[in-house]
Amino acid sequence: MTFEPKIVGILCNWCSYTGADLAGTARITYAPNVRIVRVMCSGRVDPTFVLHALRGGADGVLIAGCHPGDCHYQAGNYKAMRRYELLKRVLDQFGVEPARVRLEWVSASEGERFASIVNDMTDKIRALGPFKEAQG
Amino acid sequence: MAKLKLALYWAAACGGCDVAVLDINERILKVAELADLLLWPVALDFKYRHVEAMPDGHIDVCLFNGAVRNSENEHVARLLRKKSKVLVAFGSCAYMGGIPGLANFFSRREVLQHVYSDTASTVNPGGTVPLEKVRIPAGELELPTFFQRVRTLDQVVLVDYYLPGCPPVVDQVWAVIEAIAAGNLPPPGSVVGASDSALCDECERKKDEKKIKQFRSVATYRPDPETCLLEQGVICCGPATRAGCGAKCVKANMPCRGCYGPPPGVTDQGAKMLSAVASVVDSDDPAEVERIISQIQDPAGTFYRFSLPSSLLNGAHRKEIA
Repeated sequence: MTFEPKIVGILCNWCSYTGADLAGTARITYAPNVRIVRVMCSGRVDPTFVLHALRGGADGVLIAGCHPGDCHYQAGNYKAMRRYELLKRVLDQFGVEPARVRLEWVSASEGERFASIVNDMTDKIRALGPFKEAQG
Repeated sequence: MAKLKLALYWAAACGGCDVAVLDINERILKVAELADLLLWPVALDFKYRHVEAMPDGHIDVCLFNGAVRNSENEHVARLLRKKSKVLVAFGSCAYMGGIPGLANFFSRREVLQHVYSDTASTVNPGGTVPLEKVRIPAGELELPTFFQRVRTLDQVVLVDYYLPGCPPVVDQVWAVIEAIAAGNLPPPGSVVGASDSALCDECERKKDEKKIKQFRSVATYRPDPETCLLEQGVICCGPATRAGCGAKCVKANMPCRGCYGPPPGVTDQGAKMLSAVASVVDSDDPAEVERIISQIQDPAGTFYRFSLPSSLLNGAHRKEIA
């Protein structure tokens, strides 16, 4: 059987979740590999969530929030950006490939963009192989 | 009342936990009054066969320090679990993996290569490395198997209580010994000898809004002794560390390194510390954020200094280590 990546998508309620919804209502075809979890804001995404997903069998984690300046709560996405910058460095030390964990900005009108991010991420992780295989 | 039957053991540890027990000073005499010591390799000459000969559950309390790094550690952990009514993971290594657990960023091969060949102070022209079995004229000699990964005590056997600290502070050790002697113990699985809040609650420094433009190391910067260390850009693990030590490091103008482990309700101490540090970086500009965050040396080693084997990812995830 060919390997199909499992990706956990943690999307903010106001922009990215609505963007993903638009991808659906616009009937855009994209990779079915993402499992979506809705949170109120990308600033709510504790790095622990990402590690839990990887530990629990995810091959990748997508965090998506409003574009800078558009946060419903003013600054939540900036907090997400700072945490992601540091999380990237920590994950690198853990030997987790950069393509597995991504932070992207997706607005409520960007259904196409959401679909292309998911497609691109799925292709890259499919090439990397399962995360669990590299686990001790 | 019959005397308490007590055993102390060290696995992959530095010996500091045993020193912490001795540091109760003259009260050690009271320990001898309260308890019969059945095993204590650092101080008394008992053999494993003496423990093996005991009936199961013979030892009332075993204080086990050190992580599980090799097959001898694992063997004795299983033996002492069987022979003890109460098994306490004593100190950060037994509780979370501790400093030896940082080796989980590397494979067994990399660790041995580094220690027996690469360090600046290694002189090993013959390339001698430890072997598990070696034949000499007098017979075959064996060494314990060095495992690929460091494990916590509770990843090997059931643990009744956790007593954190590197090492646990002396007064807490004493309080726990007294509680054990009085039979006054909390439900199994509890952390004992520590508080239920974060270290910041115990810290007396002045705290204000945290905004960091520059991270600093105590190697090159002398912090102001009155102000919160994190506000000065010194990475202090107080926000993600359980209180109970009396904030000793912070009082000595040194940042908390996190040895008491995560506060209640936190599963991954390093991830919480990462979150706390990153969110107070004072910039919204991606390039500047990157510049500020790049000043943090060895972030994973800093945030997971004592807790790597007990963390969600356990250690590095590379094919070689699997």
